[in-house]
Amino acid sequence: MAYPTRYRYTREHEWIQIDGPIGRQIGTIGITDYAQNSLGDIVFVDAPKVGASVEAGKTFGSVESVKAVSDLFSPVSGTVTAVNEALNSAPETINTAAHESWIIKVQLAKPGEVDALLSAADYEKFISEETAH
Amino acid sequence: MLQAIGLGSIDELFSTIPAEYRLEHDLKIPCAMSEQEILAHFHAAADRNANGYASFLGAGVYRHYRPVVIDAMVQRGEFLTSYTPYQAEITQGTLQAIFEFQTMICELTGMDIANASMYDGSTGAAEAMMMAVRVTGRDHVLVAKTVHPEYREVMATYAQHQGLTKQVVGYGEDGRIDRQKLEAAITEQTACVLIQLPNFFGTIEDVEAIAALAHAKGALLIVSIAEALSLGIVKPPVEADIVSLEAQSFGVAPSFGGPYCGVIACKEKFLRQMPGRLAGATKDKDGRRGFVLTLSTREQHIRREKATSNICTNQALVALMTCIYITIYGKQGLKELAEQNLAKAHYAAHALAVVPGSKLLFTAAPRFNEFVLQSTETPHQMHHRLLGQKIIGGVSLAKWYPELGNATLWCATEMNTREQIDGAARVLAQKEIPMLTHV
Amino acid sequence: MTTENTPVSTDSTPFVGNTRKVSQHVNQNEGLIFEKSSPGKKAYRLAPLDVPEVDAAKLLGAAVRTDLGALPEVSEIEIIRHFTRLSTWNYAIDLGMYPLGSCTMKYNPRVNEAVARLEGLADAHPYQPEVLSQGAMRILLQLQQCLTEITGMDAITLQPAAGAHGEFTGILLARAYHESKGNPRKKIFIPDSAHGTNPATAAICGYQVENLKSNAQGMVDVAQLEKMVCDDTAALMLTNPSTIGVFESEIHKIANILHAKGALLYMDGANMNALVGKTRPGDFGVDVMHLNLHKTFSTPHGGGGPGSGPVVCKKILEPFLPVPVVVENSNGTLHFEYNRSQSVGRVRAFYGNFGMFVRALAYILANGPDGLRQTTEDAVLNANYIRKNLEDVYDLPYTTPTLHEVVFSDRRQARNGVKTGDIAKRLIDYGFHPYTVSFPMIVPGALMIEPTESESKEELDLFIDAMRQIAREAEENPSLILNAPHSTRISRLDEVGAARRPVLRWKPEALEMA
Repeated sequence: MAYPTRYRYTREHEWIQIDGPIGRQIGTIGITDYAQNSLGDIVFVDAPKVGASVEAGKTFGSVESVKAVSDLFSPVSGTVTAVNEALNSAPETINTAAHESWIIKVQLAKPGEVDALLSAADYEKFISEETAH
Repeated sequence: MLQAIGLGSIDELFSTIPAEYRLEHDLKIPCAMSEQEILAHFHAAADRNANGYASFLGAGVYRHYRPVVIDAMVQRGEFLTSYTPYQAEITQGTLQAIFEFQTMICELTGMDIANASMYDGSTGAAEAMMMAVRVTGRDHVLVAKTVHPEYREVMATYAQHQGLTKQVVGYGEDGRIDRQKLEAAITEQTACVLIQLPNFFGTIEDVEAIAALAHAKGALLIVSIAEALSLGIVKPPVEADIVSLEAQSFGVAPSFGGPYCGVIACKEKFLRQMPGRLAGATKDKDGRRGFVLTLSTREQHIRREKATSNICTNQALVALMTCIYITIYGKQGLKELAEQNLAKAHYAAHALAVVPGSKLLFTAAPRFNEFVLQSTETPHQMHHRLLGQKIIGGVSLAKWYPELGNATLWCATEMNTREQIDGAARVLAQKEIPMLTHV
Repeated sequence: MTTENTPVSTDSTPFVGNTRKVSQHVNQNEGLIFEKSSPGKKAYRLAPLDVPEVDAAKLLGAAVRTDLGALPEVSEIEIIRHFTRLSTWNYAIDLGMYPLGSCTMKYNPRVNEAVARLEGLADAHPYQPEVLSQGAMRILLQLQQCLTEITGMDAITLQPAAGAHGEFTGILLARAYHESKGNPRKKIFIPDSAHGTNPATAAICGYQVENLKSNAQGMVDVAQLEKMVCDDTAALMLTNPSTIGVFESEIHKIANILHAKGALLYMDGANMNALVGKTRPGDFGVDVMHLNLHKTFSTPHGGGGPGSGPVVCKKILEPFLPVPVVVENSNGTLHFEYNRSQSVGRVRAFYGNFGMFVRALAYILANGPDGLRQTTEDAVLNANYIRKNLEDVYDLPYTTPTLHEVVFSDRRQARNGVKTGDIAKRLIDYGFHPYTVSFPMIVPGALMIEPTESESKEELDLFIDAMRQIAREAEENPSLILNAPHSTRISRLDEVGAARRPVLRWKPEALEMA
């Protein structure tokens, strides 16, 4: 699976895409293909409400398979501007297309945080090490 | 077998227990008994309990006729000696029965979903309260004083370490929650209002009006039902957000307080905050309908300290009893039976209230099968005279509601004959006469 | 044993099993009870009403109900057949070995059922006068005395309705004890091998959970514990023997470490059936513990409940027990004492699951001291017999001697893509209920096997035979296992679909599913 180079990644297996002009940047956040694969069939996504604030490195929700719950960690701090409602009725789209299935969009409060995130290449290296353990 | 394992003695199997903690003497418990002796032992105990008494006890535990079909079915080993149905392929019997139970509870309570059971009505009410706290993110709980006092005690035990504040709302002249006081007590911090239907005094609360008050401030309404049979003739609390039902009335023996069958039902939007097991319909590989335990990520074995509740074992076999009971009486029978209860209690209330010195309380509100009687003599004196005639009168309310004076809570069901009711009335009427009647 | 001579089945003839244990037979199909309903059918007849009829609408006004929705209307024979047919789809102890580790699926003696249904016990109302409840109260007292003696503790409450409810009560006692010393403290330590109920309980009682990593033997890392325990530690919740069946041989050291810092030792009594008559928690330093009457004391599991979770404790915790407490008067009669100023309060209405007390006491009386000891010995012997006969084909991650259960892992079979959950499903074809799958969490791919004392050597041999055959199948024909079970009336169910789009009740119009 190719990890899009336009995204940045966390060690907790979230991806983020940054769009918009400086000062009004929006981050679109989802989980990686590696994450969906290790979790198995996703049955439910618990996302925050629009207007909620999220903090870099802190949980903002969870994804569930039949027998496991996995916390979602926000790559950045900011305010939730949109939630992907389509996941309520079709959470399986994360399994079929993890990198196209966004969970929330966040208005960035500290754009500098993005610099600390992994590039696609770094993330691929990171997960190959994870798998080796 | 020891040889096969390569050991010389049984004690070697226990070698990991440090010698100083091994029990070197026999446990000081009675010696082994034969089956015959065991039966004799418990017969002797049973004989020391009330036998052959007419009873007017209710107050959270209801005496109803139990059709023999119930025990014939639940004593089948396949139900009795099966475990929680985690292996769905070989526990479809239990799973389908739970699914039917959940459906029946929804039909009866007017809620969208119901779980597979809780321990009982008291812990169910406490769990419903904590559920409302999770749903609303608020921490203040209002409970009617007309809720079963022991349920309120259990709720207090659960609330104390959750950072919740709990306030009790009193009752008015008609024995129902004081709606003015309630309205004043509800704030933006109120997670829920919890009432009982019919309430502890047997009177029927105005659910619609109370729901409106709670919802106006964004609080949830929880309705606790202790006398499930009332649902045969009393309008279900459809305006509630969560219903906590004690289903003991549906074919479960009083058994000195348990096991009973709690169950939580609610609106579908609160599904993720529901405690306890849920059975759901699905299909197998070949497209055949089957049932599984589902949405278990809410539960302790997966979510551990973040679970909706620590409940694991529930009351499955008792839930099955109630499921069979509801099936036996069905759509018509529950209604007819509830009507009989209404008639018996109506007759009893009248028969006892016309006795000089007795007064029926809370007459302004409708009742189901319980009523409160106020007397000139103390409950202790009254019981003493009734017991002499092999009658167990209503529960004394003095401990919980001292403000009501000499008040007793009576329950009349289909188990009480007219003769019993008339007999009780006669004894009460004789109170001025010196006690010559009994030997 | 026949394993070595039995051919491995092929996909076209998937069912082999062992014909001494099982064969396939026809069972009846049965729809939902609602689907069998037709208006006017009934299975009841009420006694004639001997008081004047009433007008419900007049008495109840706006509160009257006129329609009961989609409740079923069926005849008695239909009810009998419905529930009998459903029952035949269940596996049960009464049909064969049910080796669920940690669940203790032992035989449930029928005399227990008989005595629990005696008139005078089953009909006893909890609010009937104490003078007319002396028989029931005597049962409470006698069971209390037996359970405190068996555990070596001082005091007891029978009120909790199940194991997890007992944990809740026990931790409340610990909390009340610490509060009485001026500080409830903050943390509860829980080993990573614990049941999920332990951390869930600690959270409800307002405590933070601190996980303890097990050492290489699967036991508490005592040195680590010593470093972690501090003035903020309220208690350690410890299952002993642990969930891998190992007795914590340094238990007293663990107790001393906790006690030195004023913390308490809570024991999860889920595995008490490995200790009864051989050693007593009260003697090795436990302060408070719960028992599962539905595990150790043979009350039936009933498809998930009811249970009963009495809590026993040391003298120091007695003042905090839930109300009421049974007390003996000087004249030998019994009464309930409610006035206890330091009590944690009620944890349940009335006195607990009394019907389960009757059954558990009947079991204790049927066994006596010798019988209870023998029961423990047989349970441990059976588990070790299975361990010895399977350890060459299944990976044993912890080789420490075990008591009443044994935990293997699927490490060897997983190389062929066969996981513990698959082996479990295949075991069904051999006529057994599966063992506990994927628990405890410290063993990846766990197979947790607990035979109990109830099984004969013949049944154990058939089980061992089945497990060995499945191990061979994993080598020679893994797809056979991956598609198991082959012999049940339905095949593997779509749990993902059930969770994604929950259907939690029947509806009149819908559910035309199959």
